[in-house]
Amino acid sequence: MADASLTAQTSDRAIVRPKLSRDDWIMRTVMVAIGVFLLIAVLLPLYTMMSKSVENKDGGFVGFANFAEYFSTPALFNSAFNSLSISILATLIILVVTFIYGYALTRTCMPFKWFFKLVAMVPLLTPSLLGGISLIYWFGNQGVLKDLLFGEKIYGPIGITMGSSYWVFPHALMIVITALSITDARLYEAAEALRTSKLKTFLTVTIPGCKYGLISAGFVVFTLVFTDFGVPKVIGGNYNMLATDIYKQVIGQQNFQMGAVVSVVLLVPAIIAFSVDRIVQRKQVALLSARAVPYTPKPSRGRDMSMLAFCSVIALIIIAMIGMAQYAALVTFWPYNLEFSLNNYDFDVMDGGGWEAFWNSIEMALYTAFFGTIIVFTGAYLMEKGRGFTVGRSAFHMVAMAPLAVPGMVLGLAYIFFFNNPANPFNFIYGTMGILVVATVVHFYTVSHLTAVTALKQMDPEFESVSASLKAPFYKTFAKVTVPVCMPAVFDISIYLFLNAMTTVSAVVFLYSSDTTLASVAVLNMDDAGDVAPAAAMAMMIAYTCAAMRIVQVVLTRGIAIKTQAWRNQ
Amino acid sequence: MDSAARSFLKIENLVKKFGDFTALQDISLDVYDGEFVCFLGPSGCGKTTLLRAIAGLDIQTHGRIEQDGKDISALPPAERDFGIVFQSYALFPNLTVERNVAYGLENRKLPRAEIDVRVAELLQLVGLPDQGTKYPAQLSGGQQQRVALARAMATSPGLLLLDEPLSALDARVRVHLRTEIKDLQRRLGVTTIMVTHDQEEALTMADRIVVMNHGVIDQVGTPQEIYGSPATSFVADFIGSMNFIPGTVAAKGRVTVGDFPLDCDTTGFNEGDAITVSIRPEDINAQDMEHDDNVVDGEITHLQFMGSFYRAELGGAAFSGHDVQADFSVNLVRRKNVVLGSKLPIRLPADHIQLYPPVED
Repeated sequence: MADASLTAQTSDRAIVRPKLSRDDWIMRTVMVAIGVFLLIAVLLPLYTMMSKSVENKDGGFVGFANFAEYFSTPALFNSAFNSLSISILATLIILVVTFIYGYALTRTCMPFKWFFKLVAMVPLLTPSLLGGISLIYWFGNQGVLKDLLFGEKIYGPIGITMGSSYWVFPHALMIVITALSITDARLYEAAEALRTSKLKTFLTVTIPGCKYGLISAGFVVFTLVFTDFGVPKVIGGNYNMLATDIYKQVIGQQNFQMGAVVSVVLLVPAIIAFSVDRIVQRKQVALLSARAVPYTPKPSRGRDMSMLAFCSVIALIIIAMIGMAQYAALVTFWPYNLEFSLNNYDFDVMDGGGWEAFWNSIEMALYTAFFGTIIVFTGAYLMEKGRGFTVGRSAFHMVAMAPLAVPGMVLGLAYIFFFNNPANPFNFIYGTMGILVVATVVHFYTVSHLTAVTALKQMDPEFESVSASLKAPFYKTFAKVTVPVCMPAVFDISIYLFLNAMTTVSAVVFLYSSDTTLASVAVLNMDDAGDVAPAAAMAMMIAYTCAAMRIVQVVLTRGIAIKTQAWRNQ
Repeated sequence: MDSAARSFLKIENLVKKFGDFTALQDISLDVYDGEFVCFLGPSGCGKTTLLRAIAGLDIQTHGRIEQDGKDISALPPAERDFGIVFQSYALFPNLTVERNVAYGLENRKLPRAEIDVRVAELLQLVGLPDQGTKYPAQLSGGQQQRVALARAMATSPGLLLLDEPLSALDARVRVHLRTEIKDLQRRLGVTTIMVTHDQEEALTMADRIVVMNHGVIDQVGTPQEIYGSPATSFVADFIGSMNFIPGTVAAKGRVTVGDFPLDCDTTGFNEGDAITVSIRPEDINAQDMEHDDNVVDGEITHLQFMGSFYRAELGGAAFSGHDVQADFSVNLVRRKNVVLGSKLPIRLPADHIQLYPPVED
């Protein structure tokens, strides 16, 4: 028995200060270094941008004068309203469509599911600009189906809503599919045993089960559309949105202060949507039970066939979008000479950067994938598996979550303010490939980080304890066990970074120099200059590169699976 | 345990706090060289916290731990000398059994040949000499746990820590592996601490059992001591079955339960004290009534067939409304024709009665 007389002494006894091992020192130092990198690359630029928004052109502090000007200028203020209404509209459309599409893929016996899954992911391979370009060919002034709009113009809210819905579709679908996949078959068996009607089962089991997934998908779609630059730039016409306003203020009028103000106006709803989404997602986790029995749908001819019809229409739209871009790229001179030629691929004779832009993009995407994956995975590992230092580790997680809340346009502009300042010791990366890589890694950091964390959480937490007891330094276990076991996630992260680096416009549009033009920016600039067909051709080059990379990923993952993951399926 | 035995692990006044929650309250304990000690208790009692503090995985808030004469209180796990086996095995899934076992040896920069010899020896030791080239997922749970044991012992640590090593296994495998681990420990003579919530495991394997509850040690003793004379009503209740009946001390050597007097040892209590009278069901006797002390008439209110014996519940005026459980042999039930509602005298032998302060609930 514990001696009672000793209990009284415990409160004033010395607290044991754990001695840090060499491993602890290395782990903490590297994690702090990555954390500091994120601070410098996210928070400091944002801070600089926010201070610019309360300064006048000469750098003097003017309080909220710029904001007052902004809100009293209807031309500017209207875009906030436009952005909001378009985003809400697109969110509603996409939620309905993705729910039905996702339901068909997960809960029915619809044939050709593999095909519909594949087609749904196509927009991920293309810059958001491509949707806009395609719409011009379908519904524009010389469009094939122009008459379907009954005199309305595609340039404006209609086009933006359609184009946005196209490219955010796979983003929303992935979340909805995940939400619909995590269900417990026993709930449905119970409902059936209680003779519940199909409709009531749907309303009381299906909808509540994926409620949080739908809400989350809603926020993701809202944020993507709200902050997107590519679609409104190409097809917005005179209809102003916040993201295009930033571009116009900065590139068109060189009014950096107003650009900063618009950025803040864009940033606030994005942060709110982000925060609400985080709270909602935390609830989703609590719904899961480890003992759930997976649901297997039973055939039902009427339902399966109507789902097939619906999905076919959606798939047809997606194919029509990308198909038209490809067709337009190959046609010699739309709509007068419909003969096929490769004239539009002769990028070197157009403005926008030429073929060099394409090679630059590939270079940039490879750097982003390579360095980004190393930084993200190492950071997530150190955060997840470090011993003690809970304050530092939770701080790191918060910093790693921050980039998701920052729209690309805002990040790009913040980088101009921060890195273009000659007094900044990091000024040397301005105008180089380096700043493009840093901006892209940071822009897509959070999703990669979460992918890594999810993979790492599935590893036995005692691996590190065991290796410590065996006196193995952490980096050996990291290299010999953690990385090989997490190889599929590592590939996922690098491919995610690569695809986004190839297709992104928003952050890099402010940061490229004449030596570092990028393919996605070339699409934008060629479209701006009226070379719409070459823009479509370049967008298709990006799409093919991304598709090729996906194929490489599948082959590599299979190969690696056979070689290093022999333990998995035996 | 021989009192001259050397204290290998000395734990002094250990306190572990998680925020406002105190998981360990002032734990002091000596573990002797070569001994097999079990930390036993319900979940949340602090047994795993104590083990993790000893390993340095979650270092205590206050207090001192000394291993082999060296103060290790604040050392990180890598600077301590122990091998550990977890419930989840924690085998590296992408390395073969051999590479798993060799993992600790490879870090010592031993020559390859020496490592191979040692690995073969260890796999022989845990009875898996031919499984070296397989991956962990290809082995059964019991085999995986043996590999984990071999890996933990590879570097010949001075202390072996087992964190619920058998809890994830099937009942039969568990019983079999119990004997094997115990044999292995005895042969190697390694000081071992095992955490378990399974009293049978603790009783069959341990040299000494440390029973814990709510972050304190309730009792330390051999399995016989823990079972035969539990120090607290918690220990009595947690290990084996026990009847608890409220009563009062009537005089020295005598208590009353309702109106019924019972003879027993009342040392430690005063006349008039409220107490809890306890006796194990298997100690209640219905056979040889040549002793007529503590004999009481009971009526069978429930009778459960348990396979090798019957567990009877007896009511009756004597126990003032408290049913008492008693174990009767199959033979006795048949011979005396005990059925539901039978009335028969039972005897509560004085030397098997334990008294505790009243249980508050």
